[in-house]
Amino acid sequence: MKKMDRNQMAARVARDIPEGAYVNLGIGLPTLVANHIPAGREVILHSENGVLGIGPRPAKGAEDYDLINAGKEPVTLLAGGAFFHHADSFGMIRGRHLDFCVLGAFQVSVSGDIANWHTGAPDAIPAVGGAMDLAVGAKKVLVMMEHLTKEGTSKIVERCSYPLTGAACVNRIYTDLAVIDVRADGLHVIDMAEGLEFDELQKLTGVPLHYRETAKA
Amino acid sequence: MIDKFVATPAAALADVPDGATILLGGFGTAGLPEELTDALIARGAKGLTIVNNNAGNGEGGLAALIAAKCVKKIICSFPRQADSWHFDKAYRSGELELELVPQGTLAERIRAAGAGIGAFYTPTAFGTKLAEGKETRRIGDRDYVLEFPIHADYALIKAERGDRWGNLTYRMTARNFGPIMAMAARCTIAQVNETVELGQIDPEAVVTPGIFVKRVVKVSRAARKAA
Repeated sequence: MKKMDRNQMAARVARDIPEGAYVNLGIGLPTLVANHIPAGREVILHSENGVLGIGPRPAKGAEDYDLINAGKEPVTLLAGGAFFHHADSFGMIRGRHLDFCVLGAFQVSVSGDIANWHTGAPDAIPAVGGAMDLAVGAKKVLVMMEHLTKEGTSKIVERCSYPLTGAACVNRIYTDLAVIDVRADGLHVIDMAEGLEFDELQKLTGVPLHYRETAKA
Repeated sequence: MIDKFVATPAAALADVPDGATILLGGFGTAGLPEELTDALIARGAKGLTIVNNNAGNGEGGLAALIAAKCVKKIICSFPRQADSWHFDKAYRSGELELELVPQGTLAERIRAAGAGIGAFYTPTAFGTKLAEGKETRRIGDRDYVLEFPIHADYALIKAERGDRWGNLTYRMTARNFGPIMAMAARCTIAQVNETVELGQIDPEAVVTPGIFVKRVVKVSRAARKAA
């Protein structure tokens, strides 16, 4: 079995984002999705600090730190892009105007709860940013994360042990092993890494999965 | 004649008392009014409550304000950063109080203060630790959390261009919290890169109308770079 690397995961997420979609990519791993949107497909990227129409990274030396994304990295603006203040930006999020958001996560539960802002450790400094707004606001919430923790336990769980970012809000999970839909009747495997058998995936995952060969997307 | 121009950041901040609540513009360093922040440190105001998205980066701006022990409490959404060591130290030692607010709720609480709204219900954070102890309500098929405005004594913001009536435009994502913070404080002080005559800002392009701004102080980008 071959785990998907970060770019393969990003390309797999990008495949599911259609022409014309308004999309917010979270900090870290989800940011990579931008590099894999197929040429010719117009997708409009939103960043919660107040920009629509984010383009590729600027060339070295051309960075302008008044033009950044939510991760505070310099970006560029496409023709047709727009700037707006924070209340409007979060109006777009909470007001259900974004088609997709892609979030990183520590854990996702069978009912679609997500934990991604705080480990709950007593000496940890919490930071939430826009994650809770995105979790309740985007029309579809996609999660991109490694399937297993460093210790080898499943990050897909019956109930999140870390503090929640949002309850019952995740629609689809992309990991380095599989693509899994969160539905009312449980988790459905859509896709698996090359050479991975369902039995093995089920063994590695802490909760029951549904799988039908014909359901493969 | 109305003239909101003030000669220096120090003069613009001359009446800021100890214990003031201050909305500080910026997302990271974009839009952070660094020279106004430096002047606040020089003034030596203590016991401040600061509202900003973050809790300081590196050594300048808000981080320097924390290092100078001017801040009693921070209301923000994302304090933890790779370079937030001054916040981290003050927070861990217990000398700095933190109120963590989801970013959209932070923006809307500021907007509500400026718009005369008494409180509002938001779906954000329902069922999470950040809504614990807060009033909730089911409206239609969704659950909401009751949130209150954040009023402030001062807003310190950075804009690109300003005129003597206080009309402002911004520069790219440095706009971020500027327009809503300008509305929410009793006294809004804008640091601008460029001052212009009345009428030189296209009225169709004014982002913050002068009614929300009390003082405008010019700190040109060239002067900033030289410093």
